[in-house]
Amino acid sequence: MSDHHKTMTLTLIVWRQKGPKDPGKFETYTAKGITEHHSFLEMLDCVNEDLIYAGKEPIVFDHDCREGICGMCSQVINGAAHGGQDRTTVCQLHMRKFKDGDTIYIEPWRARAFPIIKDLIVDRSALDTIVQAGAYVSCHTGGVADGNAILIPKPIADESMDAAECVGCGACVAGCPNGAAMLFTGAKVSQYAVLPQGKAEAAERVKNLVDAMSSCGFGNCTNHYECQVACPKGIDVKFIARMNREFLKAQFA
Amino acid sequence: MILDGKCPTGPIEKTWDKHRFDLKLVNPANKRKYNVIVVGTGLAGGAAAASLGELGYNVQAFCYQDSPRRAHSIAAQGGINAAKNYPNDGDSIYRLFYDTIKGGDFRAREADVWRLAQVSNNIIDQCVAQGVPFARDYAGYLDNRSFGGAQVSRTFYARGQTGQQLLLGAYSALSRQIKAGTVKMYNRREMLDLVVVDGVAKGITVRNLITGELESYAADAVCLATGGYVNVFYLSTNAMGCSVTANWKAHKKGAFFANPCYTQIHPTCIPQAGDYQSKLTLMSESLRNDGRCWVPKKKEDCGKHPNEVPEEDRDYYLERKYPSFGNLAPRDIASRAAKEQCDDGRGVGPGGRGVYLDFATSIKRVGADTIKERYGNLFEMYEKITDEDGYKRPMRMYPAPHYSMGGLWVDYNLMSNIPGLFVLGEANFSVHGANRLGASALMQGLADGYFVIPYTIGGYLATVKPTGTGTENPEFKKSADEVNEYNNKLLSINGKKTVFEFMRELGGLMWENCGMARTKESLEINLKKIPALREEFWKNVKVTGSGADLNQQLENAGRTADFLEFGELMCRDAYHRNESCGGHFRAEYQDEGEAQRDDVNYCYVGAWEYKGDKKEPELHKEPLKFDNVHLAVRSYK
Repeated sequence: MSDHHKTMTLTLIVWRQKGPKDPGKFETYTAKGITEHHSFLEMLDCVNEDLIYAGKEPIVFDHDCREGICGMCSQVINGAAHGGQDRTTVCQLHMRKFKDGDTIYIEPWRARAFPIIKDLIVDRSALDTIVQAGAYVSCHTGGVADGNAILIPKPIADESMDAAECVGCGACVAGCPNGAAMLFTGAKVSQYAVLPQGKAEAAERVKNLVDAMSSCGFGNCTNHYECQVACPKGIDVKFIARMNREFLKAQFA
Repeated sequence: MILDGKCPTGPIEKTWDKHRFDLKLVNPANKRKYNVIVVGTGLAGGAAAASLGELGYNVQAFCYQDSPRRAHSIAAQGGINAAKNYPNDGDSIYRLFYDTIKGGDFRAREADVWRLAQVSNNIIDQCVAQGVPFARDYAGYLDNRSFGGAQVSRTFYARGQTGQQLLLGAYSALSRQIKAGTVKMYNRREMLDLVVVDGVAKGITVRNLITGELESYAADAVCLATGGYVNVFYLSTNAMGCSVTANWKAHKKGAFFANPCYTQIHPTCIPQAGDYQSKLTLMSESLRNDGRCWVPKKKEDCGKHPNEVPEEDRDYYLERKYPSFGNLAPRDIASRAAKEQCDDGRGVGPGGRGVYLDFATSIKRVGADTIKERYGNLFEMYEKITDEDGYKRPMRMYPAPHYSMGGLWVDYNLMSNIPGLFVLGEANFSVHGANRLGASALMQGLADGYFVIPYTIGGYLATVKPTGTGTENPEFKKSADEVNEYNNKLLSINGKKTVFEFMRELGGLMWENCGMARTKESLEINLKKIPALREEFWKNVKVTGSGADLNQQLENAGRTADFLEFGELMCRDAYHRNESCGGHFRAEYQDEGEAQRDDVNYCYVGAWEYKGDKKEPELHKEPLKFDNVHLAVRSYK
């Protein structure tokens, strides 16, 4: 067990931007009295409390569940989306990964398709637009078959689930040098393409999703695999390959 | 006033079918003339907006997050119940109904619970059709696991992310309707008032959280699917943005608040590490399928490494106290048992507020790989937060506020006492009584959204004329002006204490005096201290920034102001209920640690009416009748 009384002092260099049109700049802050058990966001809470006492505007950032599942939190820490710890969102990153005296750079997601709203908050509605283009099975409420009517062998259900774990945070886009949403879109395409329920619309779906992806201003994939590294859920780049195959198949459908 | 839930009568198994037939219909061509507002896009709201849009209504949906996919339903880990009886272990709609009534300690309506059990099977079918990747066996059949409060395996799951997958299913259905143009989605909007015109719910006032602008929206019906209120404890397993605000604003406009004292404290959460902590993290109840709860028998062993405490010196207290349910005792009972051990000085970890959840026996039985397959993501999460390896040493757990069974009062049609105002999911009070069983929240949210409101809202709309989405009625402007004035007041105080400080203080009072155990005395303390804290808040809170901008301090200040009012009502409700039932444990009313109900005097729903600032709220009662499950002492021994 660790020593509860030892605390750290850190220097934070944080991106501050008043609004979408403001050019923005880095500001320097000190985080004091931080223990290794603080989560990264709790550390920022402490800094914000100090800013409020000093009559200054606290740093705004997106967050909600603080347990790594809602996908709301979104910060680039020392150049890495979500801070670079394997399979971890910012909210699950803990300060034991840092040392007393460290300097930490904190920035928002940076991508053409994600305009900055304020400070560390960006607009990710482009991801919703991709889903709305067809990342669903067009079934009606009610009037569907029994859950066991169509058998789905475990490996297929598991593969669909591997893709479905995506939390829609956008780290893949932030991590990609091209600002591409291929991992996000590939995961959506694959979750449905492998399931019998999703096959009927597979060709239409992949075409519509790829179209939406392009028109939202996302870039293309050039096989850097940075998306997989950034992904807090460890979504595999094999789903991008799957999307490409589905897309090719769809041309002949 | 004696409230009438308007429950259908006759044989329970026919009630919902008969009621559905009796409900008036809106013909397909007329549906598009009606406008419906849905606030909140979790399981209940997302499913409702999607289903109502699909039926042909014009839907406007609202959420405070940046996307409807993020509502806190997403965090539910363990699973969703349904009476499919796929494992052939004796389950049935009747048994799910029975377990839920008993699990709720006989404080829920029979007809509502029956309906929930009946539609539970449709939910699984619906989700499978949507492409929700539920766990399956190698032959391709859906898999089930066990959960607390039941002796059958009826819980469907998707790894440890069931809530996420079900929510993404509802979100995909919602997205399809957004694309089709039947639902207009408004993200980053927080509802700050209900607009009531001539006694009928007609719209809402929201704050655009990006621009700060107040916006008015009108409709023929308003559905609140705005979740629960346990962030009143400050530290809870809820998301940071969960609040009582939407429900409280509706309450202040006349909607009755039912059973606010029924709150669920979940037994297995990661214990608090320090004062700076912002939230508590739950570890799924499904862990109790394979984990055994224990504390050292001797106080002097509490500081030792758990693996050094010999088997004979461990007290597996749930197995000892409740041999037939063992580690799968219902949540309220498991939580109180954990507290009891810690109060007895045998708790472990910081401050002695913790019990062990030990997987060693199961790892020996089925192997670490199987345990990893079942709960791998939970062990990972535990390690990230505590820096301890749950495979090698028992996890430390302590109960934490998790769910609210109380909520706005609704009738059988999910309509509140304000005509046109419907309340869905955790935001209403209707099916869980005084305690909710595990894997039942997801079930209720989706039942309300997919299979109840699409029918019952038609029954209401068929009786009213559509009035469009125009907001010319002066009530809209009046509401927006009032919200504006309220926010300006918050911004102008410029005191010395931050919003978080007040919230922490309120949370401390609620946890200490109205938490897992309550007494007449502890509640009297809160009934004095909360109004004083509220008064201090309005004199001394410091909210930076302006209202015409993205301002998270202002958002939190508003939510805290509402919790400061709501907390008092919760204590008042707990104070008036001189019995123990489910999650409401009044220490004076117990039989050796077991809750002692008083069915003669308290077998009713307590619904409170707001009477104005500084006036006492008025209690209305809806008597509960049990024609099918007979009132009995709830035993899990």
